[in-house]
Amino acid sequence: MENNNLIQLKDVTRVYQMGDTEVRALKGISYIIKRGDLLAIMGPSGSGKSTLMNIIGCLDKPSDGKYFLEGQEISTFNKNELARMRNKKIGFVFQNFNLLSRTTALENTELPLLYSDVPSKKSREMALKALEMVGLKGRELHKTNQISGGEMQRVAIARALVNDPSLILADEPTGNLDTKTGQEIMEIFTTLNKEKGITIILVTHDPEVAEITERRVYLRDGEIEREEES
Amino acid sequence: MNIAKTAKVSLLALNRNKMRSFLTALGIIIGVGAVIAMVSIGQGAKAEIEQRFTEMGTNLLFVRPGSMSFRGRHGGGGSYTTLKESDAKAILENCDAVQYVSPNVNTRAQVVFGNKNWNSSIYGVGDRYPQIRNWDVEYGVFFDENQVRTGQKVCVLGSEVTENLFEGADPIGEIIRLNKIPFRVLGVLKTKGEAGGWGSRDDMIAVPYTTAKSRLMNIDYIQSIDVSAVSAKRTDEAARQIEELLRTRHKIAPGSEDDFNVRNISDIAEGASEATQILTILLGGIASISLLVGGIGIMNIMLVSVTERIREIGIRMSVGAREIDILLQFLTEAVVLSVLGGVLGICLGLGSSSLISKLAGMKTLVSIGSVALAFFFAGSVGVFFGFYPARKASKLDPIEALRYE
Repeated sequence: MENNNLIQLKDVTRVYQMGDTEVRALKGISYIIKRGDLLAIMGPSGSGKSTLMNIIGCLDKPSDGKYFLEGQEISTFNKNELARMRNKKIGFVFQNFNLLSRTTALENTELPLLYSDVPSKKSREMALKALEMVGLKGRELHKTNQISGGEMQRVAIARALVNDPSLILADEPTGNLDTKTGQEIMEIFTTLNKEKGITIILVTHDPEVAEITERRVYLRDGEIEREEES
Repeated sequence: MNIAKTAKVSLLALNRNKMRSFLTALGIIIGVGAVIAMVSIGQGAKAEIEQRFTEMGTNLLFVRPGSMSFRGRHGGGGSYTTLKESDAKAILENCDAVQYVSPNVNTRAQVVFGNKNWNSSIYGVGDRYPQIRNWDVEYGVFFDENQVRTGQKVCVLGSEVTENLFEGADPIGEIIRLNKIPFRVLGVLKTKGEAGGWGSRDDMIAVPYTTAKSRLMNIDYIQSIDVSAVSAKRTDEAARQIEELLRTRHKIAPGSEDDFNVRNISDIAEGASEATQILTILLGGIASISLLVGGIGIMNIMLVSVTERIREIGIRMSVGAREIDILLQFLTEAVVLSVLGGVLGICLGLGSSSLISKLAGMKTLVSIGSVALAFFFAGSVGVFFGFYPARKASKLDPIEALRYE
């Protein structure tokens, strides 16, 4: 079942140099995430969950240890190769949406495709399809400053989806939303996971959000404290 | 990412911030506009001067008194009385490279005809003056050798004087008074046109120099001699012959300074066009500084814009933009701004140079070379000053950039 492992972390550490002192944000994480998982990484602030998310999301590299994504050893990649992985394999959803301001939903959704070799006509189609999947059909040309927070997060999800990634990383995706909208957003994630089989990793400290997941990994002080399954 | 996509990204980004984009480009617009307008003034002046000298004739020589010193003392400008009528005659007789000679004196006089009163320039000249200076008589005749020799009170009018005194009536044969002395009008000269801020060349009256000397000015010397060489090729030879002759006639010892000088029209033209060339370089140089300042403005705003758009850069990186993509995007933005600024600047430059020529009556000349140079320079300014901010943007760390508030 080796090729069913989407992510394999082998004794991953991350050390930041802060002046003279070394901060060990991750102290040897080993973990396997399978394709189609819906997983939450939980823990208090300072537990290293953001650092772990950055490494899994190919924004950062481990100081030591090995990280495999779809069997490729990411820990040996250079900046350009990391960018390519982010472009092809990973979709990000952030707490504060991180959309381009004064830009339409469609343009925001198309953004990852601009950095790939998808021809522009095709990229438009793909973006429209992704927006339809998150329930924004008919709102494609609304600008990001004209829509609500929930809609902004839907655009962000559409952007994460558009490249047909293996993995969506969501960092506190409901943190800036009210409870009801937050639930709607979580439903979108569950649907994407169940119907499209996309692996989704939620990074959160909100137990309610984590409830919808199958597995929860608790981090504390840069180490895996415990694991829960439901 | 290919060029078309880079261009699309950059244009979208510029379009999102139209006002900032315009203000950034403004420096280049004004810089390029100023370079083109300033250089067009300089080149216009140069062309104007060259044309004026060509009109005068290329085989023209001027003999003027000058550098006269008397017992170690230099005389002032009005004190040059060393040129005599006999010098002019001697030049014509002895120098074989010389074709025509005209002794000249200049003064101003009050001109009266009927109840019209006018103050005008009086050119006391010889009968060959029209041939030397390429003047054409519109109607009537110029005075002849005989009338000059005998000091007849006759005159030929410039077109502006004619217009002012006669208002369309036929002036030939009429008597006008110059400083109360009656002169008969023989002819009218063709209009020579405005002298580009140097005063009208048609507000003048030509009279025989003999008459001007004795009747109007009461002097026994002449102020200058205009000479035409037999051909343009022989002007230098003519100048040498005149110098030799006048040194002998004025008894100037070898090694001492001349009390006159002979100048070639092409020397004067060269000097004048050199002066305008310097003017062009000076004006262009000053304007280039504004282009440079415009470039620094682009860099400044691009740097601010990089800081302001750190989050945007982070977002782009998180969805897979590589360093080179970000670098090219910001560089393209800078180049697009400066090239657009260059195009608008060319329009501004063309517009203002034609406005200058209309309002100030100065001739302006826009050369394709100066337009191309300004445009090329603007583009380079964009690349040069855009590179540093673009590089700075591309070197951002995506994690930090995404976290940036």
